[in-house]
Amino acid sequence: MVRAIPGDPAQILLGQTATPEAVAEIRTRLGLDRHPVVQYLLFLRDAATGDLGDSIVTGQPVTATLLEKFPATLELALAALLFAVVIGVPIGVIAAVRQYSLLDRITSVIALTGVSMPIFWLAMIFVVIFTVNLEILPFPGRVGNEVSFTSYTGVYTLDTLITLNFPAFWDVLKHLVMPAVALGTIPMAVITRMTRSSMLEVMNEDYVRTARAKGVVPWRVVFRHALRNAMLPTVTVIGLQFGLLMGGAILTETIFTWNGIGQFAIQSIDGRDYAGIQGVVLYGAVFFVLVNLLVDVLYAVLDPRVRL
Amino acid sequence: MAQAPVRETPVSNPVQTRTRFGDFRQGFLGNKLAIVGLVVISLFVLMAVFAPLLAPYDPIKDQNLAQRFDGPSASHPLGQDELGRDILSRIIFGARVSLTAGLAAVVFATVFGTFVGVVAGYAGGLIDATLMRLMDIILAFPSILLAIVIVSILGQGLTNALLAVGVVLLPQIARVVRSSVISVRERDYVEAERAIGASDSQIVFSAILPNSLAPLIVQSTLALATAILDVAALSFLGLGAQPPQPEWGAMLTDAFRSGFGVFTEGQHAIIFPGVAIALSVLAVNFIGDGLRDALDPRRRR
Repeated sequence: MVRAIPGDPAQILLGQTATPEAVAEIRTRLGLDRHPVVQYLLFLRDAATGDLGDSIVTGQPVTATLLEKFPATLELALAALLFAVVIGVPIGVIAAVRQYSLLDRITSVIALTGVSMPIFWLAMIFVVIFTVNLEILPFPGRVGNEVSFTSYTGVYTLDTLITLNFPAFWDVLKHLVMPAVALGTIPMAVITRMTRSSMLEVMNEDYVRTARAKGVVPWRVVFRHALRNAMLPTVTVIGLQFGLLMGGAILTETIFTWNGIGQFAIQSIDGRDYAGIQGVVLYGAVFFVLVNLLVDVLYAVLDPRVRL
Repeated sequence: MAQAPVRETPVSNPVQTRTRFGDFRQGFLGNKLAIVGLVVISLFVLMAVFAPLLAPYDPIKDQNLAQRFDGPSASHPLGQDELGRDILSRIIFGARVSLTAGLAAVVFATVFGTFVGVVAGYAGGLIDATLMRLMDIILAFPSILLAIVIVSILGQGLTNALLAVGVVLLPQIARVVRSSVISVRERDYVEAERAIGASDSQIVFSAILPNSLAPLIVQSTLALATAILDVAALSFLGLGAQPPQPEWGAMLTDAFRSGFGVFTEGQHAIIFPGVAIALSVLAVNFIGDGLRDALDPRRRR
């Protein structure tokens, strides 16, 4: 499918001045002279064995490039999800418990505003506020040039923590805040809305009324009886949002020059790197499916009635 | 609650009949946010329609590099961009591009999504399974990623960007339509139509579609918000509207790509186009939420 992109990668690779013979040679080496169907079948065979071909842009195998860049994207996405859940769930619970209060109304307006935010714009506004005007957060990149540490996992927060390099950890954390909050804003808003509506539903259930009637303290009713049941739909949404974060990461990584898979995706498209694009798309879909599988497993943990 | 006035004179029809439309009007107009949304989006539409009359400068030709990133002033209320163009004029003309593109994407998604949903829901069986698995495949990718891939296949440009967004939004519409078609398919009035010898297409148009309309309208409105955002995002990545076309997302990327200076001296060039995107999307979301509350009796307060 990706082969339909106009533009000859061999020509782009060698530049406009290349001789036709050189272009033909590269085409043969990359397998571009074969029939598209043959190319596709070869791709399927190789993909099944974990070989996604070589990236034309980097000259490295795509699988290796994806693995190398995955930790950066994962770190960003996890931080964004953490922000979204830590803020979204409690606000949703409070809004539901105090339904129709001023707080509830403000929450719904803020949540709707959050869903309506263009995240690439939000990211740039953050830079204007926190880097340029307040000068408290660094931009761009994942870590300052003057900071050095050994990277074992590629997840910089983890790397700096296990080596007990706290100044570096602090620097990495400061780099992480803006992209993570920008990326996490939409999921946060979605999670808030979902938590609120499923809490409202659960609060009207008989077992909540029974618990209240038994004289269980209110906060215990909310957290033990209601929230646990309300979490089922919320967890689904969290999983779905986490999968979608991979898409939003493309925008966020572009702005913060975050050296992750999102940036690689844009480089691949600009360079007509078929293997690279295929790799990113395949990775995106696999990631999405795995996350949803994880959600199904979590269901069983939260709800004993569900058996795997 | 407003107190109903006590009628002194006998009325000819003392029974207040509640109509669906009346209920809807009451529900929707009672929602202040929805009204705000409607007003805001109307203003944007008026702005787009009368752009040549409203804009003080030409959005493309009036360049002045000496006034690069000049801040807001009396002659340029929202300041000037990286080429010294008037940002206000570009936002006004940008409303045409951004809103039309979003709308076109949703129309595409709605037309084809409704078709897929009706065929799948009405036909059932193998056709249903095949179509819906196809929709699942689209849903299996993060939407922006899929849209990016589609644009890179079709080639960059606004038309292809909005087609890509339309394709990505299609499954949501198809699912909503399919489920409401299935829920009305076995009703008595459909049975009655069939009994009097109506053809499948007659049944679909006279009995099934009108009764599936409410969720479809809500879903399409909410999809419009997503569409405006996604088209802007694609333009931001350089895959949609191309320079010098004034499009809100493209305005942001043009300013952003002009270098770090935009963050220090050209902040207004980032702020205002984004405000336009966020405001219009928010307005559409308010309307969508209002419609949903008004059209779905279970959600009514």
